[in-house]
Amino acid sequence: MKILVTTKRVTDPGTKIKLKADGSGIAADGVEFKPNPFCENAIEAAISLRDQHGGEVIVVSIGPDEADQTIRSAVAMGCNRAIRIDGNDGGLDGDLVARALAKLAESEQPDVFILGKQAVDGDSNQVGQLMAEYLGWPQATFASAITVTNGGKSAQVAREVDGGIETVEVDFPAVITADLRLNEPRFASLPNIMKAKRTAIEVKTLADLGVETTLKVRTTRFEAPPGRQAGKKVADVADLVQKLRNEAKVL
Amino acid sequence: MASASQPYLLDITPELAEEERLVHASAADFCRSRLLPIIAEHYEAGTFPRDLIVEFARMGFLGAPLEGYGCAGLNPVAYGLTMLELEKVDSGLRSFCSVQTALVMWPIFAYGDETQKQRWLPAMARGEAIGCFGLTEPGSGSDPGSMRTNARREPNGDYVLNGEKMWITNSPIADVAVVWAKVVEEGRPDPVVRGFLVERGMQGFSTPEIHGKLSLRASITGSIVLEDVRVPASSMLPGVSGLKGPLGCLTQARYGIGWGAVGAAMGVYERALEYSKDRKQFNRPLAGFQLTQQKLVEMHNAIGKSLLLALHFGRLKQRGKLTSTQVSWLKRDNVAMALDCARTARSILGGNGIMGEFHVMRHLCNLETVYTYEGTHEVHTLAIGRAITGEDAFT
Ligand SMILES: Cc1cc2nc3c(=O)[nH]c(=O)nc-3n(C[C@H](O)[C@H](O)[C@H](O)COP(=O)(O)OP(=O)(O)OC[C@H]3O[C@@H](n4cnc5c(N)ncnc54)[C@H](O)[C@@H]3O)c2cc1C
Repeated sequence: MKILVTTKRVTDPGTKIKLKADGSGIAADGVEFKPNPFCENAIEAAISLRDQHGGEVIVVSIGPDEADQTIRSAVAMGCNRAIRIDGNDGGLDGDLVARALAKLAESEQPDVFILGKQAVDGDSNQVGQLMAEYLGWPQATFASAITVTNGGKSAQVAREVDGGIETVEVDFPAVITADLRLNEPRFASLPNIMKAKRTAIEVKTLADLGVETTLKVRTTRFEAPPGRQAGKKVADVADLVQKLRNEAKVL
Repeated sequence: MASASQPYLLDITPELAEEERLVHASAADFCRSRLLPIIAEHYEAGTFPRDLIVEFARMGFLGAPLEGYGCAGLNPVAYGLTMLELEKVDSGLRSFCSVQTALVMWPIFAYGDETQKQRWLPAMARGEAIGCFGLTEPGSGSDPGSMRTNARREPNGDYVLNGEKMWITNSPIADVAVVWAKVVEEGRPDPVVRGFLVERGMQGFSTPEIHGKLSLRASITGSIVLEDVRVPASSMLPGVSGLKGPLGCLTQARYGIGWGAVGAAMGVYERALEYSKDRKQFNRPLAGFQLTQQKLVEMHNAIGKSLLLALHFGRLKQRGKLTSTQVSWLKRDNVAMALDCARTARSILGGNGIMGEFHVMRHLCNLETVYTYEGTHEVHTLAIGRAITGEDAFT
C-alpha cells in the first residue's frame, strides 16, 4: 500500500498567543510550534497500516523552511519519505492547500491519502473534503477506526457521529481524515530521530505543482476573545438559586 | 494588576540543532504523559515501576549516547536534555536510566572487548538485561581507594571475588553487575582496581534489597554480596585498570546529573509559580507578595544560569574538551541549586508542599540522595579546590 499523509506545524495549543496590534495576524515572536495533533493521528494510522500491509508512507507538509522540523518528527515516527511544498500561511487558504495536495496525489498516486480532520490553529476542517472533491475520490472523514478490506482495494472506516458510530466503506484511492480517537500516536524514539536526520526532504514549489495561487478566502481581521468577567460570589444556596433564576435566567 | 506571566526569560531552543529540539520535545512528551501520572503513587509505595523498562527501551533512553549496538548515538546536549526531562519528573527514574546507560553500558562500551559489547549492549539497549554498578562498600564511600572487595587469580585463569558492595542502584533487579575489585597482579607490589562483569546466577552472588529509604523511593537500591564468586577471565573489562576505571564512569554519569538537576529544579519552580498565582491570602495571590517574588526570582535566575553551564559544558564535551573537574563543578552546583529550589518551592506551597500530589516534597527528598551520590557535594568541592589552588585537601 502506498499512503500519503499530511503534517502541519501549528502554534502550540498549550501556549498563549498574542495578536499583532493591527489585528492582521498572530505575533510570531515567542510562539512555540507543534505538529498538529490530528495529523499525528493520521501519521500513526498510516504507519500502522503500512506495517500491517506493507508499502510506504510519504509525509507531506505545506510550509516554510522551519516546517522541516515538524516533517522530520513525522519521519522519526516512521514515515519513509518526506516532501515539503514551500508556502507560507499568509499565502494559503484551505482551497489552495487542497488543490496543491490534489496535484501531489495525482503524481504520487497513493492508495490512500490520510489527513488530520482539521488543523488546530485555523480549525477550518475543509482540506480533506475539498481535496477528495478535486480528485473525484471517495472520502471518509472523522475516522475513529480504519480496516483495510478486499485484499487492499478498499477500507472500512468507522466515523463517530452524534449518538453513535457510522461505518462506511470506501474504494481506493480514497481520502480519509483522522479524528483524535483513531489511535494514540507513538512517541518518536531517540534512535529514529537520529536516523530521520539523514532523510532528505524533497522540496517542491506551488509552481512546480502547477497550481494557481489566487486565494478564495481572505482573512480580514483577528480579534482576541473578550477577557473573562469576574465571577460573582453567592452568600448561600438560596442566594445562588435566586441569582440563577433572576440574573442568569437558567432556571 | 496581573499582566501576562512568562515562566522563563531564557530559552536555549535557538542554540539547539534540529535533532536536539526533536529529542527534547519527544522526551518531554513521553515523560509528561507516561511518567508523571504514575510517579507519586510509586514513590509513596516505595516501588520501582518495572513495566516502564520496555517503554524506556522503546524510546531509546537506555544507552542513548552510545554509537551502534542498537543505541541512538545522541550528542551530549541531546542526551543532557533527556536527563533533564526524566529528572523533571523524578530523580529515581532518571537514576535508573543513568545507571543503565552511564555506569554499565558506558564502561562495557569504553573498556570492554567486542565479545562483551555484543553480548551485553544490544540486550541492555532493549531493556532485556538490566545492569548495576558496584563501587561503594559499607566501609568505603567517598574514599573508593579503600575498597576491600578483591579478586584472586586462580591457576586456571579464573578469578574468585569476595566482598560486599552497598547502596547499589538497581542491584536487586540486575542481570549483570559491573563490580570494581582489587586484584594482586604478578610483578606489581600493590593491588590494582579492575572491573568485572558478574552475572546473576553465578554461585555466591546475591543482591539483597535495602529497605526503609525516605529518598529515591521509586528506585530500587540494594547491596551486592560476593562470596567466593568464580568468574572466567573473559568477564574482566580489559580496557582499564586502576581507580580511573570507575571514576571515568562516574564522570559520564555526573555529566547527566548536571542536566537532570536542572530538570528537578524546573519541576519544583514551575509548581511553585503556578501555585503562587492561584493561591490567595490577604486578598491577593501569593505571587503578588514581594517576599514570594524574591523566592521565585532567585529560583528562576539560578535555573537559567545552571542551564547555561550545562549547555556550555555539553558543547565542550561534544568537542572532547570537557574535564572531570568541570564535571565536578556542574554536578556540585546544579544539584545544590536544585536542592535550594526544592526547599524554597516547598515553602511557597505551604502545607500542600508536603503532599505527594504536589510533586515538590518528593523532589526535595530525592535531591538529598543526589547531593550525596556520584561524589558528595563536599568531595566535589575538594576536587575543584584542588584544581584552582594546587593544594590537595582530601586527606
Ligand atoms: C540511593 C543511593 C543510591 C546509590 N547508588 C550507588 C550505586 O549505584 N553504585 C555505587 O557504587 N554507589 C551508590 N551510592 C553510594 C554513594 O555514591 C555514596 O553514598 C557516596 O559516595 C558517599 O559515600 P558514603 O555514603 O559512604 O559517605 P561518606 O564517604 O562516609 O561521607 C559522609 C560525609 O563525610 C563527608 N566527607 C567524606 N570525606 C571527606 C573529606 N575528605 N573532606 C570533607 N568531607 C568529607 C562526605 O562529603 C559526607 O558529607 C548510592 C547512594 C545512595 C544513597
